[in-house]
Order: sequence, then structure tokens, then C-alpha cells
Amino acid sequence: MAEINPKIAVVYTENAAVATLIDQKILEEIDIHALENSIIPLVERKQGINLVLDFSNVEFLSSSALGLLIRVSKKIYESNGQLRLCAISDSIMQIFKITRLDKIFKIFPDRQQALDSFENV
Amino acid sequence: MVSKATLQKSVTVSNTISDVAAVCRQILDLAKNNGFSREDIFAIHLAMEEAFINAVKHGNNADASRNITVDYSIAPDRIEISVSDEGSGFDYKNLPDPRQKQNLQKPSGRGVLLMRSYMDKVKFNETGNSVHMTKYKSANKDV
Repeated sequence: MAEINPKIAVVYTENAAVATLIDQKILEEIDIHALENSIIPLVERKQGINLVLDFSNVEFLSSSALGLLIRVSKKIYESNGQLRLCAISDSIMQIFKITRLDKIFKIFPDRQQALDSFENV
Repeated sequence: MVSKATLQKSVTVSNTISDVAAVCRQILDLAKNNGFSREDIFAIHLAMEEAFINAVKHGNNADASRNITVDYSIAPDRIEISVSDEGSGFDYKNLPDPRQKQNLQKPSGRGVLLMRSYMDKVKFNETGNSVHMTKYKSANKDV
């Protein structure tokens, strides 16, 4: 069953949590804080979480949202967890490439491939 | 219908995200109505968001008593947007490159890179409290 937070919808699989970002645009500081406040408790609730962030709804984001992803990523790796991103549109992928963040995040075309990657760790 | 004339406008708004967001929407609507492509609109939107965040948060230090001035013009082949704040500016000539290995994990510092990547021209004034950006319509880029 999905758990709905204001900014994310979370489903749990056997070894991972998948958080689908609900907003189409992740821009303003207030939205980014709300998103962070939805994601961080997931990370804090389970030491060593395997988390997939599903971007299939997201059409637009700013550099502030990239900052949020980096903060979330650090938090997960500090707790010995793993982060995967998936379903990123071509135009947003371009932002990751320009900033070279495609080199530090593990990005997969879809949710299933992201989940499968945990089993290969 | 695509306008043939050059439209110029200057607006001054208070230093709040909601006020600059309203200006951002006006400019994007204007660009859409003047035949800019979806990709161009994405680029203009992203660059404006980054410029506005820099101006409101860093330039004007989130001080609601300060103002942001936005000058824009739209011609058949391009859109030009200037965003000016009332702060003391910043050293835009010596910004660290966020793509370098030692900066990749930093959560901030990518706004100017994105503005430069998505717009055709980006120019700061000497003090760094005003940025002028130009985007040409995609179809006219190679003309």
C-alpha cells in the first residue's frame, strides 16, 4: 500500500523504498524544504535504506533541487544506504549532464531497473 | 499569433519569490505567444528561475524591503531579460566551477553555470548585481 506524504508517494518492496516525487515542478525554496522534510524521515527511519527516487512526474527543476538531492544522497550514504534515481525526462537529464551530476548519482531508465540494481550490489 | 514588433518592458517588484514568480509567468507567456519552442521556453524558464533565486536570496539577502527590477524585451528572433537587485553584487569572474571533482558534492553553486548553458548570452554588470541574458529562437540560431 502506498504511503502518501505531501510531496512524495512511497511504496515499499522487499528490500527498498520507492518514493515518487509528486510535483511537476521543483523550484521554490518552500517546496524544496517540504520535499526534504518528506524524504529525510524515510532515511532516518531505516538504517541502510535502499531508496529509489522516481522522477516520472517531474517536468522541471532548479539548481536548488539539485542541492536537495545532494543533501539526501549524503544522508543516505552516511547511514550505509543506497540511492538510485529513475525515470528522469530528457530535458532534466540534460541538467544533470551539464552539471556532471550524472557522474555522481546512479540513474536508471525506470523503476524496475533501479530496483534490480540493488540486488547486484 | 506571432508578434513582429519588439516589445520592451520594465517592472520593479518587491523582493519576494511570489512577486518574481508572477513576472516570470508573464515573460514565459509572452515567449510562448511569440513562437518560442518548448525547448526554448524550458531554457528561458530555467535561466530566469536561477537569476531570480540569486537576486532574491543572495543579492538582496532575502530582505523584503528591497526590490528586484526586471527589464525585458522580445523581438521576432530573440528575448532579452535583465534581472537587477539592490545588493552589493558578487565576484562572478571567480566563481568556482561546480563541475570540478572537489565541487561536485557541494549542494550549491550551479545557478550561473545553468544560466550560461541554457541562454545564448549572459552578461553581468561590473558589480555583479545585474545580469542580462539573451536567448535566440532555436530556428534562427544558425542564421
